[in-house]
Amino acid sequence: MATSAREHAHAPAPSKTGLWSWLTTVDHKRIGILYGASAFIFFLIGGLEALLIRWQLRIPENNFLSAEAYNQLFTMHGTTMVFLAVMPLSAMLFNYLIPLMIGARDVAFPRLNAFSYWVFILGGLFMNASFLFNAAPDAGWFGYANLTSKQYSPGMNVDFWVIGLQILGVASLAAAVNFFVTIINLRAPGMKLMRMPMFVWMSMITQVLLLLAFPVITVALVFLLTDRMFGTGFYIPAQGGDPILWQHLFWIFGHPEVYILILPPFGIVSEILPVFSRKPLFGYAAMVFSGAFIAFLGFGVWSHHMFSTGLGPIADSVFSLTTMLIAIPTGVKIFNWIGTLWGGSLQMKTPLYYALGFIALFVIGGLSGVMHASPPADLQQTDTYFVVAHFHYVLFGGAIFAMVGGAFYWWPKMFGYMLREGLGKVQFWIMFIAMNLTFFPMHYAGLHGMPRRTYTYVAGLGLDWLNLVETIGSLGLAVAFTLFMVNIFVSFRGRKANPAPADPWNGATLEWSIPSPPQEFNFPEIPTVEGRDPLWTAKRKHGGPLPEPKRVDGSNIHLPNPSYWPLVTAIGMSIMLIGFMAGGLPVNLIGVAILFFGAFRWAFEPTG
Amino acid sequence: MRHRSGLLTLFLMLTVIGIAGCGGDYPQSTLTPLGDFARMVDDVFRGTVRWALVVFVLVEAALLVAIFKFRGKPDDAEPDQVHGNAMVEVVWTIIPAVILAFIAVPTVKTIFRTAEVPTDAMEIEVIGHQWWWEFRYPTEGVVTATEMHVPVGQKVVLKMRTADVLHSFWVPQFAAKRDVFQARYTTLWFTADTVGWFPGQCAEFCGTQHARMHSWVVVESPEEFAAWTAAQRVGSPLVNGGVVAPDTTVPAPPVDSVVIKGQDAFVAGGCISCHAMVGTPLAGQLFEGNTNAGPNLSHVASRARLAGGMFENTEANLRRWLSDPQLVKPNTNMKLPRPLTDDEIATLVAYLQTRR
Repeated sequence: MATSAREHAHAPAPSKTGLWSWLTTVDHKRIGILYGASAFIFFLIGGLEALLIRWQLRIPENNFLSAEAYNQLFTMHGTTMVFLAVMPLSAMLFNYLIPLMIGARDVAFPRLNAFSYWVFILGGLFMNASFLFNAAPDAGWFGYANLTSKQYSPGMNVDFWVIGLQILGVASLAAAVNFFVTIINLRAPGMKLMRMPMFVWMSMITQVLLLLAFPVITVALVFLLTDRMFGTGFYIPAQGGDPILWQHLFWIFGHPEVYILILPPFGIVSEILPVFSRKPLFGYAAMVFSGAFIAFLGFGVWSHHMFSTGLGPIADSVFSLTTMLIAIPTGVKIFNWIGTLWGGSLQMKTPLYYALGFIALFVIGGLSGVMHASPPADLQQTDTYFVVAHFHYVLFGGAIFAMVGGAFYWWPKMFGYMLREGLGKVQFWIMFIAMNLTFFPMHYAGLHGMPRRTYTYVAGLGLDWLNLVETIGSLGLAVAFTLFMVNIFVSFRGRKANPAPADPWNGATLEWSIPSPPQEFNFPEIPTVEGRDPLWTAKRKHGGPLPEPKRVDGSNIHLPNPSYWPLVTAIGMSIMLIGFMAGGLPVNLIGVAILFFGAFRWAFEPTG
Repeated sequence: MRHRSGLLTLFLMLTVIGIAGCGGDYPQSTLTPLGDFARMVDDVFRGTVRWALVVFVLVEAALLVAIFKFRGKPDDAEPDQVHGNAMVEVVWTIIPAVILAFIAVPTVKTIFRTAEVPTDAMEIEVIGHQWWWEFRYPTEGVVTATEMHVPVGQKVVLKMRTADVLHSFWVPQFAAKRDVFQARYTTLWFTADTVGWFPGQCAEFCGTQHARMHSWVVVESPEEFAAWTAAQRVGSPLVNGGVVAPDTTVPAPPVDSVVIKGQDAFVAGGCISCHAMVGTPLAGQLFEGNTNAGPNLSHVASRARLAGGMFENTEANLRRWLSDPQLVKPNTNMKLPRPLTDDEIATLVAYLQTRR
């Protein structure tokens, strides 16, 4: 393993470039970049879907999209943004940053890491391949039974969704095991749990959520699959099943999923704020415990998605109160972030802009969340645009702002050059204003009676101009992300003139102690950690900025060999599941054979 | 300063939206409750909004102060390395808890108040179908669609279920919404206190035409309501099904030759396999278990809207609807056994327009 590096003779140097090196890579940094690039492309696809949705809704009774096309687009927008954009963007950061932040040479199971990525990308491609058959999923990202039954959704649309999610679930579970073990086992000497960077803490809590929540959706999807393929009746009332069972299972997964999406961004913001305030995170312990408390409570609030099903006053009261309780640790986090800024020396660099935008917008999403934590109010608001407004403040104003801030913050570390500050700040203001133009009027649209998931609305409900403003806002968001891509392009072209030093931001954590981008082995010597902000301590001891770390010859450092067996195994697993909708048993068996062969060769592969 | 002007723009923008959002005409709004149930819901919501606004202003103000007050330069001395403050942290944990208590108490009270279903109310059975709402009045012997008539000032209890997939019945002005299931009834109740026509629509995604599943609450004076029920009872499936005392009125048979041809086309063309219709052999059908069941058409001409509320009930729209329902409302369960000729459509339209 990583820490025992020097005892080993070196492995043969793997080829460093070319397609083959990427297909067989087990380097956590390369896998992180693969996750990031794939997720960003899926994010653009999901964003395009959103733009089409907004273009349809810009005027009442519009015929730009058919009802069928609209239903496919809103389903795929939700599914894509949750499973193919925000989650894998987090996975990019887990991959790239966790080993660097805890002072490790790789993750605990490098080949399992590659397997996770390949399963993820195959699942994402499979799900989107549905568009080629004009059969994209069309029952909503929440896929409520019994609309998803064969009787009411006879096409392949829902099959693509069930099997696609099942494949993606495998990727998430494998990755969660990996990162959890990595954080527990591979921390550098001296990095006690309560010295870990906050991003690592939030990541670890997220892995626990993934490990506990994904089995539930897996079971729910297996039931749905057998209902559709083999005539079981788990969700079919005529066969003694109950569509409510789906809702319980889906939301026992689905609510923790919300925290799976938002805890890593909490971690990102908790890294950015101290560095650009030049002051440690305020209330570190409270931040750790509030994160853990949010995750714990996250498993006890699922029925707040189901107040309108009529669970009765006792259940409504209990789930309402547990939901409101979550506002307390969330409030603690927000106050601690402001406390971090307070008394600091704010360096107004691009990452800080996004982190501040995150706080400002997340507060709005949190407060509207408290509004529909109250079941009577929720009876009006659920399934309306009010809820759409709420979770876009949380997921766009929250998660996406934090992700973009994180991109500006860690880009120099990952690619060795800086992104343009000026362009980044212009993008921020366009994004901030456009975000509010797009999503703030949705509160009013919902309260004034606009239901969600409707491909059109009638004139005369007073909703016309609200929707027009939202559509104009969404175009602004498109401009903001175009600018982001322009920034990447321009910065890449000028990378020679603008190389990133190891520590461009006066960072506090270990990833800034090594060259940008890091060498394959990360740390020539595993560091020893004596406190929470190890790099700041080192700089103080040194009496100023540290000398630029040298790139060293690491040929004597043992690293795992590249391997294509994770890719083979991932292909086998995907074929096995796809067989349920295309080709039947023979295809299932071919998939199983490839899966077993791949796993067998993987298990007995010499690790060098 | 750029930051200030940006934030100021945003603030002005939100204010404009906010002010405009409160005026205007919003017939489907949740913010103008016109019944007891909706008013209780509105009270809870407004109470929460007040607390939320206070918290919003305080937190965003603290954030803005921090941003402007603590701006530093790269060569400034390192600020005090504060790690936390137990006292402050305890205080800002307790304050939100107290505020939440002020929200939670009225919430729980209202949950229990709205859960008490009145026993002295008129009952209406609400049945969701892809993609229209059916309303049955067991004590009045009425079966109708899309437009739910209720007398003003009268408590009504809605016992609700679905004939196919989940839907959610939403009457924003009177009683919020509730999902409907096949195997059990869910309930809503309200007393409407204003006469008029009030739109609502299905709120749970229910397939292709979810957006076109409209409903209206028609609040009338007791006299108007009584006249309406008397007319709707004639030939009603509920009456004929023996649920209430049979109606003795015999509907007048059609006399106009076009209308007679239309009735023949209605029977021969297969319409009666999904639609109850007074004066035809299947007038008494409720079509339980038939997921293709369509609305009772015995009094279709008395309704203002067609096709789940998608159109006004005019001759031109009826003609359009009958000429190709799949084109007008793709995937609708209204499936013609074969395309109708122009002549058949004309006679059917003439016939249906006499069914008041």
